[in-house]
Amino acid sequence: MNFFEFLFSFKESLIFVNFFKILSALDQTLLLLLASLPIGFVLSLIFALWRVSKNKFLSKTVEYYIFIIRGTPLLVQIYLIYFGLGSIKAVRDSFLWIVLKEPFWCGVLALTINTVAYGSEIFRGGIQAVSQGQIESGKSLGFTRIGLLRKIIFPIALRRVLPIYGNELILMVKATSLVSLTTYMEMTGVARRIMAVTWAPVEAFIAAGILYLFLNFLMVQFIKYLEWKYNPHLRVTR
Amino acid sequence: MFKFEKLIFGDMGWGDEFLFATLMTVVVSICSMGLGIFIAIFTAWAKLTLSRFLNLIANFYTTVVRGIPELLVIYLIFFGGSATVMKLAKVFGYEGYIELNAFTISVFAIGIISATYSTEVLRAAFLSIDRGQVESAKTLGLSRLQTFIKILVPQVLRHAIPGLGNVWQVTLKDTSLISVTGLVEIMRQTRISANVEHSPLTFLITAACLYLFLTTFTGKFFNYLERKSNKGFV
Repeated sequence: MNFFEFLFSFKESLIFVNFFKILSALDQTLLLLLASLPIGFVLSLIFALWRVSKNKFLSKTVEYYIFIIRGTPLLVQIYLIYFGLGSIKAVRDSFLWIVLKEPFWCGVLALTINTVAYGSEIFRGGIQAVSQGQIESGKSLGFTRIGLLRKIIFPIALRRVLPIYGNELILMVKATSLVSLTTYMEMTGVARRIMAVTWAPVEAFIAAGILYLFLNFLMVQFIKYLEWKYNPHLRVTR
Repeated sequence: MFKFEKLIFGDMGWGDEFLFATLMTVVVSICSMGLGIFIAIFTAWAKLTLSRFLNLIANFYTTVVRGIPELLVIYLIFFGGSATVMKLAKVFGYEGYIELNAFTISVFAIGIISATYSTEVLRAAFLSIDRGQVESAKTLGLSRLQTFIKILVPQVLRHAIPGLGNVWQVTLKDTSLISVTGLVEIMRQTRISANVEHSPLTFLITAACLYLFLTTFTGKFFNYLERKSNKGFV
């Protein structure tokens, strides 16, 4: 077998064909992430502030929310939203049904609810780790409450928890595969359909696995870039 | 809405089925956690040795398995496992059909995923032990095996308990994914019951409560272990 024959046989091989079929579903996975991660990030910050606030009602509510979401598997949450809410007649008749009848928005909702629980717990740690002296000096310089949050507490807290939140982002990339179980055709869903058609499961799932690995690799690079950007004092100068 | 009467024990309800499903979840979690720690001992060792080759293999394994979704790992092992085992058996001269049962596949799949997390926990725990302790053990005339068993293992375990507690929670929640293999654990039972009774909400909330109970209860147990192992360090 010479080199060109080898190349040709590779081009015909099942993994190679599957790879491009699954690649065409990459945008569906990315859409899930793009819809749930930014909302999740903002809500996590708000929930973290509520969690550390002096208002007992707010902090207890958020605490129970975090407890329930972190104590149950994501699959249960996705099923609860997709199958559970859909089985209530009041929901089917209300305006909510426009959103909840689509597997995509159910997936986004479940992923957002999930990531907010983990994210707010991470940010809470970061906010509580901001030293009291820095908050006091900010106050004595005449910062308003919002200014204090925006210019002092958030930058210090976010910088500190960036590696941990990066972990959560990678877990979210992996979590999108569960949305395929609600008939939504993202990468795992397409891989499963290929398996059903060709009955060659290993080739289909390996091709999907390579794509997920690549996606996570990009995510790691993105987090590394953020860490480099927001920790200028830790850069190695030569 | 929520139908409590469907959850009674006996022929009229699904209570006893759910009890057995919960036991299955617990058994699968314990077995895969055990398998995970067993694999993790070797991979953590492979990551810590000076051999570049072993480092490479261990890093490749943890990076790949942690980089692809758990569901894909389970699918790969569920659909590809039997074929691989049969090919291996052919090498050793057995030409028959081998089918792995769902329990074995589930434990193996979750164990492989759980092992990657345990590896990092054990590695970090090992690195947190002062090198001086190994040196003092050497000066006291302990053999390498004695040093490992009497000095390193107890301390690694003490440092690793909080991390292993986290891994346990993740493993327990990952077992919800093995319902795709057909093993009747909580999630599978939920799907079966919901399809029969046309009432998904009832059984999904039951499943959520069961998982919440399991994670809380076992979390308390790990907290107790942590307190107990740190008794002399307060």
